Order: sequence, then C-alpha cells, then structure tokens
Amino acid sequence: MPQLTDLLFYAFAGLTLLFGFLCVANPLSRNPVTSAMFLVLTIISMAGLFVLLHAFFLAAVQILVYAGAVMVLFLFVIMLLDLKEEERRKLNAIAVGLGSVAVLGLAGVLLRALIQAKPVIAAGTQPVEGSTKELGRILFQSYLLPFEILSILLLVAMVGVILLSKKELK
Amino acid sequence: MTKVVDRSPLNFYERTYLPALVEGFKVTARHFVRSVKGENTATDLGDGYYPEVPWRVEGGYRGAPYLVRDQEGATKCVSCQLCEFICPPKAIKITPPGPEAGPADRPNAEKMPREFEINMLRCIFCGLCQEVCPEEAIFLQQHYSLSGLSREEMIYNKEKLLKLGGVHAGIQKWKHKLEEAKEQESFPVNVG
Amino acid sequence: MLENLFIDPTFQFVLFSAAKIAVVFGVVMTFVAYAVLVERKVSAFIQDRVGPNRTAPPLALKIPVLGRFLQRCGIFQPMADGLKFILKEDFTPAYVRTIYFWIAPAISVIPAFLTLAVIPFGSTLGKQQMVIADLNVGILYTFGIVSLGVYGIVLAGWASNSKYPFLGGIRSSAQMISYEIAMGMSVVSLFLIVGDLNLSKLIQWQADNGWLVLYQPVAFVIFLVSAFAETNRLPFDLPESETELVGGYHTEYSSMKFALFFLGEYANMIASSAMMVTLFFGGWSLPFLGKPADSLLGGLVHIGIFIAKMIVLMVVFIWVRWMLPRFRYDQLMDLGWRRFIPIALLNIVLTALGVALFNR
Repeated sequence: MPQLTDLLFYAFAGLTLLFGFLCVANPLSRNPVTSAMFLVLTIISMAGLFVLLHAFFLAAVQILVYAGAVMVLFLFVIMLLDLKEEERRKLNAIAVGLGSVAVLGLAGVLLRALIQAKPVIAAGTQPVEGSTKELGRILFQSYLLPFEILSILLLVAMVGVILLSKKELK
Repeated sequence: MTKVVDRSPLNFYERTYLPALVEGFKVTARHFVRSVKGENTATDLGDGYYPEVPWRVEGGYRGAPYLVRDQEGATKCVSCQLCEFICPPKAIKITPPGPEAGPADRPNAEKMPREFEINMLRCIFCGLCQEVCPEEAIFLQQHYSLSGLSREEMIYNKEKLLKLGGVHAGIQKWKHKLEEAKEQESFPVNVG
Repeated sequence: MLENLFIDPTFQFVLFSAAKIAVVFGVVMTFVAYAVLVERKVSAFIQDRVGPNRTAPPLALKIPVLGRFLQRCGIFQPMADGLKFILKEDFTPAYVRTIYFWIAPAISVIPAFLTLAVIPFGSTLGKQQMVIADLNVGILYTFGIVSLGVYGIVLAGWASNSKYPFLGGIRSSAQMISYEIAMGMSVVSLFLIVGDLNLSKLIQWQADNGWLVLYQPVAFVIFLVSAFAETNRLPFDLPESETELVGGYHTEYSSMKFALFFLGEYANMIASSAMMVTLFFGGWSLPFLGKPADSLLGGLVHIGIFIAKMIVLMVVFIWVRWMLPRFRYDQLMDLGWRRFIPIALLNIVLTALGVALFNR
C-alpha cells in the first residue's frame, strides 16, 4: 500500500509538470498574465515538494521570494507594458534546431543521472528536519565564499540596473 | 496688506510625522469622548434622531421650489414660462392654457398655466426660477428631503405644488396695480 | 473498533485540528462582522454622528430595556449587512476577463485566513496545544502567505478591464512589495534575540523574559506601519482610495464578490493584529501568567488574554483610519524605501552587536 507521502509526492510532481507545461504552452490562452499565473502555481507546487522533503525553510522562502515578490514584479511589468495576446510566430528552423539540441542534451544529462542514482534514504540516514539553524550553519561556514560571491553578483546587477535606468549620465 | 504665509521646510521632529499623529489623536479623541458622553450638539435634536425628528431649518433656507397663492387664494403664476426657460436642469414644464382656455380665476390676469410640473428628480434647488419670476409666484421653501416610490411620483403637478406652497404673505402685485388704476379715473379699465 | 480509532494518534490529530480550524474560522468570521460594526460606530463618534442604531429583528425589541439598548448599539447591524451582501444582485460587467474576475475575490480572502494557521492563540487546553500548525518556520510561512495576498488585488484590478481598478491594482502591487521588505527586516531582529523561528517558542521566551516590544520598539513601529500598508488601511489605502480611484480595485465588484474583498481586508487586519500580539506583546502570556496552563480554566484565560490584546490592536487600526489623511504615492514609497528599510537594516546590525556582546 502506498504511503500518504508517496501519493502527495506524485500529486505535487504531477501538478508541477502540468502547471509548468501550461505556463509555457497553454493551448487555451496565449495571454501573458495567464502564463505568469501558471508559473506562480508551478512555484507553489514545487514548494509542496520541498515540504515533503522536510525542507520547510526552502519551501517558505520559495513561496516568499518567487511567488510573493518576483512574480508580482513580473505581473507588474506585464500589466504596465500592456501586452496583448501574443501572436503565434512562425517556426524558425535555426531556433528549432538549436532548441531541440539543448533539450536533448539536458534530457541526456538527467537520464544519465537517474540511471546512475542510488537510493539515499535506504542507507539509513535521518532526513534533516529542515532546520533553519543547520541551513544557516552550512551556508555561512562551509559555503561562505560562494554565498558572498553570489551576494556581490546581485549587488553588481542592482547597481547596473540603477545606472541603466538613470536617464542622464553625468 | 499682504500676509506672508510661513512655508519654511519642516524640521526633523515634524518630518517624523509624530506631531501630526499627536494632533490627530487629540482631535479625534476629543470628538469621540464628547459623542460617547452624549454631549454632541451635531446629532442632538432634542427627543430623537433625524427621520423622526426633522432638522430645524433656518428661515433663509432654500429648499424645493413650490407655487404660491396670494391672500385671496388665487394662483399667482401667469404662465409666462420664464422659469421654464431659465431652469438649468430643465426640471420645469409649463403647459400654457392655449386660445380655447377660459378666463383666469382672478381679475386682471390674462392667463394661468393649464399644467405646471416640476420634476423634483431633476431640480437642483438653484433658485433661478424664483429670481426670474415677475409675478413672485414661485419660491424655494423649507422642504429639503423629498422622497417617492416611483419616478412618476416625483414629478409634482400644479395642484400638489400649490398645496405644498401655501399662501404667500407678500406683495399682491396685481391688486396694487388695480388700485392704482382705479385712482386714475382717466385710465380705461374694465373691471369684471 | 471505534475505541481503537479514537486512541489512534493520527485520527486524534486530524479530529482536533479540524475542531480548531472550525472554531478559529467561526471566531474570525464573527470578529470580522463586529469589527465592521466597531469601525462604523467609532468613525461615527469621531465625526459627530450616531452610527448604526436602528436595525433590530422585531422579536428582539420585545425584550424590555435591553432590546432597545442593543438596537441603539447596532448589535444586529452585521446580520443585516451580511443578508444584504447575499441578496444583492451579483453583477458581472460585460467586458471583464471573466475567469480572473471570479477567482480574484477568493484569492484575496484565502491568504488572510491561512495566515491564522500558525498563530498560537492560547497555551494549552487540556492536552491540546492551542495552535493549528506548530511550524518550525512559522514566521516565514506567514510572510510567504501574506505575500500571496497581493495577487487577489492585482488580478481584480487587471480583470476588471477598467481604468480605475487597474490603477488600484498597479499601486497595490508596488506598495505591498515595498512594505513586505521593511516588515520582514523588522522581524529579523526579534529572532536574533530569541534564536528560534517557532512562534510558540517565541511566546514562551517573552513569558520568561518580558515582552519583545520593550527590547525592540523600533522594530515594532516599523512592523506596525508596514502592517497598515499591507492591509491597505487608511494612511496607506492607495489601492482603493475613494477620492481618486472611485473604489480602486473593487470598483467593478458587487454583492458577494465585493463582500469577499471586504472580508479579506478585515481578516487581514485580524491576522496582522494577532501577529503583532504574538511577536511583540507576549501572545497569551501576561507578566505574571507565564506558565502554559495546566487546567482548563487557565487555558481559557490565556485565550481570553490573547483575544483582549488583539482587540486593543484592532481598535488602534480602526482609530488610525479616522485620524490620518492619506499619504501621497511618492511619500509612501519614500517612507518605505528610504526610511524604513535603512532603519530596519541598522536595527538588525545594532541588535546583532548587542546579542554578540551580552550573550557571549
């Protein structure tokens, strides 16, 4: 008999894929706002997957940052630009070719990882109880340098945006 | 004499919004306490609240326009239609008597309105009809709260307007004219 | 067979959770209804008016003195209001984006209620902990859910397909994001002091060491003001400012759909009051009542204390609405970005320094 968590995993995974698909290629509506809303739903279902992995912190941050802030800004921009229904563009041979190469490559990498993967939980390790303390310790002790580099990257991006959005440069 | 308004920039304390908060709280608290204690003069109408006890309206108040009669009970309006022409929202509609109508119900008046309607849904109580009336036959009176259950009901006809308007205690223009005319014997007036 | 079922811990958990959810939902709905009444009465008193004093079912008037008194207090007004919302024509304008127009009110209500799930509104009652979900990341959950609340308003504005609601929606999305940041940063300093994200533990810490508002007054002020902005209450009610935008994002809504927005606003108000009680005013604890209750009566007293504190904060919300004029939009953004965020950051740094100096 399947466990409840297994059922939930399949439910959330299925929803994530479904919403993701509807976000990219919705057969019913080509409206950008609809796509954005499906992206929000994708993010929320992914947060559900994180909860199943006992990563409560990641789940909360996922919703807080992506669904709550980033996507609202997306929506803001879409509405301000007043995008009409996107037109169906003609398929570009080069784009299709490059796109399928990229997709196939990614799929290959994923498949290889799946085949080589060994069940981890079976080894008897206790799932980490999504402790924020643990996460903080790992981030600020083992991975301090990458973390700080990422912060600086974000800062650089921010300064760049401010510089670009200023009309007159002196 | 010019008064220079002080528009100096806000100082730091004022920019924290604190003085505004304190002032706002003081004002609202004062009114709140007064209302709770029942010492509020704005809502206190003696023995009840508004719909049961209507507001007392001061003498100069200008409410809905009604037609008035003179002291002898005659309609003052002579159907000149000036009010109809000046009425900004076109609320007034006068039906003149026409050639086949009988004589007026009072001496010395040529004609009277056959029908006089004011659509109270349109009327804005501006008082231009009262200003323009040469006969002083229409006055803005004290009613301020008109209500009805249908649109038709809100169109007041001549009878209703005269009933609501009552008798005007002012000048009887045509009576005085008549007296003046009687004094002037040479003036040929046929008094019926 | 049945006895086994009742001993089964999973079943017990489900049963008690369902009971708690039902009770909390009922209490919050009642609170919403009467918060509206209090708002109307307080505003009436402040503006030298009388407020609702007529509605009463005929039977209630038969009670000798009390009936009349309750009528004058407007106790029966919420029932009439609710009935009116249900019975009014639910009008959908012709050029709206129908699907979004229908789901937007629901989206604006759901987050407000979900937030209440992690708030410990009492210590214990019997053996049950008086919180629906005792999450380890309680506060983050709250912020996550609150941040979703903006979708209801933005979508309502966009779906209405009309100028004023659209402006309201745009304003709201910018405003909510700005103040969420200040709000989140103001709370960080609390958790630096307490050292745990769990709200129940936060309250226990306050019961032992004193209310956090005494340690972090600056954080409290920032949180309070941001809460006003997040709930669209008056000094910051730009998304629905009647004088400029007709009714803002809910201009095109009527009947029950409008009622849902209304409900959402007041439920948000309740949620943020409860949040502030939990974070800054010691939750269910009083300075001399800090132990989790061991008796049924004690548990009830704790719930009463929590609700009393919450009511005080809600009156603050209501009072401020009639006290202050609306901010201009640039002033609002200026306050959020150029004052609160730097102050909150400074507060975090100073608190961290303080914690490092005194705790080690």
